[in-house]
Amino acid sequence: MHELNLVQGIVEAAADAAERMGNPRVTAVNVRVGRLAGVDAGALLFSYDVVVAGTTLEGSRLQIVDVPLVVWCSHCLEEKELPEINRFRCPQCGTDAGEIRSGRELEVESLEIESAEVEA
Amino acid sequence: MSTRIVEVRAGVLKKNDELARELRSRFEQAGTFVVNLVSSPGTGKTALLERTLTDLRARGARVAALVGDLETDNDAKRLARSGAQARQINTHGRCHLEAEMIGEHLAGFALPELDYLFIENVGNLVCPASYDLGEAWRVALLSVTEGEDKPLKYPSMFNSADVAIITKIDLAEPCDFDRVAAHDAIRSVRPAMPIFEVSVKRNVGIDAWLDALAARRTLWQGSRPLATT
Repeated sequence: MHELNLVQGIVEAAADAAERMGNPRVTAVNVRVGRLAGVDAGALLFSYDVVVAGTTLEGSRLQIVDVPLVVWCSHCLEEKELPEINRFRCPQCGTDAGEIRSGRELEVESLEIESAEVEA
Repeated sequence: MSTRIVEVRAGVLKKNDELARELRSRFEQAGTFVVNLVSSPGTGKTALLERTLTDLRARGARVAALVGDLETDNDAKRLARSGAQARQINTHGRCHLEAEMIGEHLAGFALPELDYLFIENVGNLVCPASYDLGEAWRVALLSVTEGEDKPLKYPSMFNSADVAIITKIDLAEPCDFDRVAAHDAIRSVRPAMPIFEVSVKRNVGIDAWLDALAARRTLWQGSRPLATT
């Protein structure tokens, strides 16, 4: 269980990005969490407010974007979403399917920022 | 005031991933084959590693080990009995090893003079899955006393491994351990994963494991990019 560390990583990455944008007010941080990332989204949300307190991101929300586990089925010749993360078989034809196309992600996808007078 | 969305796309573990990439290229240039051992506490990582170090040395290989635990240097002392250089990493509460800790503990190891470096991770089947240590091979261990469905319960870890080893196989019968079910569970989370069954105490399966290690290292040597110094 190291979700607190991960939240610190999220806040660091988001704060860096915000700084590059000239430190606008950030209202939300969107984070993609793959189903196979082995991360408890609830624990991330739980510690977020504590970690952002006193940073430039204070007052922002953490929004988790769930990323499904998708593998390549070499029999159907197409990508398939797996309903469970411990059964790497094509849900349609039953062929073993271990080639992961998505589902391990753990990344800050985007920031929601207030765009004040920027627009001309 | 309106809001807008600005794309960032930054990995949360980017710092670790970058350090791991640097380590991997150092290991490749030095010709050191690095193996990361992961399992629950008590599976027998240290016992298998002590035996592996001893036997590889007897075969003429140059080996060393890094071992992670929250506290104590008990495991490094055990591993040093093999005659190999062994160094302890104390994480003081951290539940996993990170690439940075590996980098900090490499000082004093002459990598070009090492054929193998083994990293024994902190006993934990959750967190170490997310942290790349720059290893060439990740080995997940499972003992017969833990139950054959362990891989189904911890799919992220077993899926991230390249090889699985079932330890304490001499206890399979008294533990009513269903070997077929265990193999099925492992391959359910990682189809076609190579599986070894060993008992350090009864000397079962050790040679097959060592042969596989050596074969894998040879393969790795052929595939790594040419050293560019």
